[in-house]
Amino acid sequence: MYRPKIVENLGEDEWIYAGHPACHGCGAALGLRHLLKTIGKKSILVVPAGCTSIIAGTMNAATFNIPFIHTAFGAAAAVASGVAEALSKKGMDDINVVVWAGDGGTYDIGLASLSGAAERGHNILFVLDDNEAYMNTGIQRSGGTPRGAWTTTTITGKKEEKKDIMKIVLSHHVPYAATASVAYPLDFNRKVKKALGIKGFKFIHLMAPCPPGWRFETHMTIEIARRAVLSGAWILMEYENGRLRLNPPSSNMLDKRRISLEEYLMMQGRFKHVKRELLEELKRDVELRWSEIKEILEKQGKQ
Amino acid sequence: MSRTKLVLTGNYASAYAVLHSKVEIVPAYPITPQTTIVEKIDEFIETGMLDATMVRVESEHSAMAVAIGASAVGVRTYTATSSHGLLYMYENLWWAANARLPIVATFVTRTLGPPWNIWSDHQDFMTLRDSGWILFMVKDAQEAYDLTIQAFKIAENPDVRLPVGIAYDAFVISHTAEPVELLTQEEADKFLPSPRAIQPLLDVDKPYSIGNLPRADYHYILRKNLWENILDAKKAIREVGREYGELSGRDYSSLVEEYKCEDADTVFISMGAMAGEGMDAVDKLRDKGYKVGHLTIRTYRPFPDHEIKTIAENAKRLIVFSRALSNGKGGILYDDIASTLYREGQRIETYDIIAGLAGTEVSEEDFMKIYYDTRSGKLDTGKSIFIRRGEYV
Repeated sequence: MYRPKIVENLGEDEWIYAGHPACHGCGAALGLRHLLKTIGKKSILVVPAGCTSIIAGTMNAATFNIPFIHTAFGAAAAVASGVAEALSKKGMDDINVVVWAGDGGTYDIGLASLSGAAERGHNILFVLDDNEAYMNTGIQRSGGTPRGAWTTTTITGKKEEKKDIMKIVLSHHVPYAATASVAYPLDFNRKVKKALGIKGFKFIHLMAPCPPGWRFETHMTIEIARRAVLSGAWILMEYENGRLRLNPPSSNMLDKRRISLEEYLMMQGRFKHVKRELLEELKRDVELRWSEIKEILEKQGKQ
Repeated sequence: MSRTKLVLTGNYASAYAVLHSKVEIVPAYPITPQTTIVEKIDEFIETGMLDATMVRVESEHSAMAVAIGASAVGVRTYTATSSHGLLYMYENLWWAANARLPIVATFVTRTLGPPWNIWSDHQDFMTLRDSGWILFMVKDAQEAYDLTIQAFKIAENPDVRLPVGIAYDAFVISHTAEPVELLTQEEADKFLPSPRAIQPLLDVDKPYSIGNLPRADYHYILRKNLWENILDAKKAIREVGREYGELSGRDYSSLVEEYKCEDADTVFISMGAMAGEGMDAVDKLRDKGYKVGHLTIRTYRPFPDHEIKTIAENAKRLIVFSRALSNGKGGILYDDIASTLYREGQRIETYDIIAGLAGTEVSEEDFMKIYYDTRSGKLDTGKSIFIRRGEYV
């Protein structure tokens, strides 16, 4: 019998019940489904305030069929630190402790606790579910919102660049850090598996488009996530012990074999006001990131 | 093995209680004057005396967050803080209570800034009064040791399941050494339950979601449950206190400590270190023939309403010393006492004395002066009266 590759790799067990209250087309809900399929039932999920506070279900219903704890907005990495140390005290080191935090809970209010947990090196996997704004409170800009994007607190478009969270995390010399996208679930699955096999603080930055926040039709989530990668605006990569490797399809895009940035941005209402001058700037932002990557890879090659 | 008596500061007494309670996880962030508690615990851990994990966090907010995570897995968890540290931790302190986690913490009371001030008053501690934490305030190092051990037994009682805080004054108690009698490890082991009896909230064999959005009607009942449980905790506090008394010879079966109150027509009421000065003043006034007593509020939440009522049945005059102020209202302890009296229909002369703010010393002379001035009718029962080093200000 034919089994699609995704079922082959992620299995048929579901750890998220049907009927959960995520929005139609929610990238985060899909990411959660794939994450939980990979980490399995011997796992504890730690989640700060955000969309997932809603997705988790309303009492006495529960969306997740694994132990799940909500935390204060800035506290996820610290609560997870306590969970991991307590499990270790009880001799239960085989249980995965996984944080699932939004961009607000990671780039902004959660940054100090993220940094503390990464520096101390607790045995946790921190997954940043990035939808590039405070979506649960109604689309306010965050440190993870890209330049030019409309939000309800940047109605003429955000002036500042998206914070480079990966560089911040890497400065803690974590054993594993990667990016991923909901459009590439097998890549995400492989990275989560790899992270769980490594002891210490691991970080995966998952790009998860948000139809109401990015202003697009609910059936376009995967297409937009894919175009983010194909245009080079989002780069699939991983750092193992600080050594960078690009992953397909980004690994084929160093020589600019990409679709145009407009093909990604112009599908989204949040960028519809973007005129040529700003578009050129956004393109320069993307090029700058790629030239940094190139430089790192060249340096690594020489070693 | 026989018991030892050591000369210990309040902070070291707390650390020894943590040692003897076999705490498993200690997340902590340094702040004066809490630091020597954590330093001593770290020494116990690093010299192999205590098998615990110290999590040296990057903030107090994370200290309580780590405690929440650890306690949710069902391990015995302790932390300590003071002043701005307590306020920085504040969100998670409420979270711990509402999540019904049996965390124990020491709060070394210290004035809030600005301006920066490391000396004691109770303003930081009083911000917790509505939080759902069971709150003790002790008046010496021995009580700090004794109540910290009892705190774990109270917190982990399945009928209680609430965090417990033990507070005491900066420096006057935290850094002042006095003889403290310690239990033997065998006695402490016998007194306390195994931490493995703490029911974990996070268990892969019984997956629960902790903290999901409630319906408002249901949430209301959760809040009511906490209210009932913290009131019922009086029973557990008294039972644990009695049991500890049988073990140690130091009885804690009452929520308060009465000093010469039986025949007193006037009773001073205070908490913390200044209770010692209050009792000294009682002795001096008794020598002069005045029928005066002192009531120390040791259990602040749940509030000892019954004990206050009993005192007010026999006394004519209550003089309440608050070391924390509700700005725009009055002495916080006074308001607690006044509302108890009103509910009980007891209308007796009650004075609101604000003393010891910002670390100013409160002396027995202050208590005596206030006593004389209430007798002579010089002070107004309707006003908050501020006294600083013997002078009304």
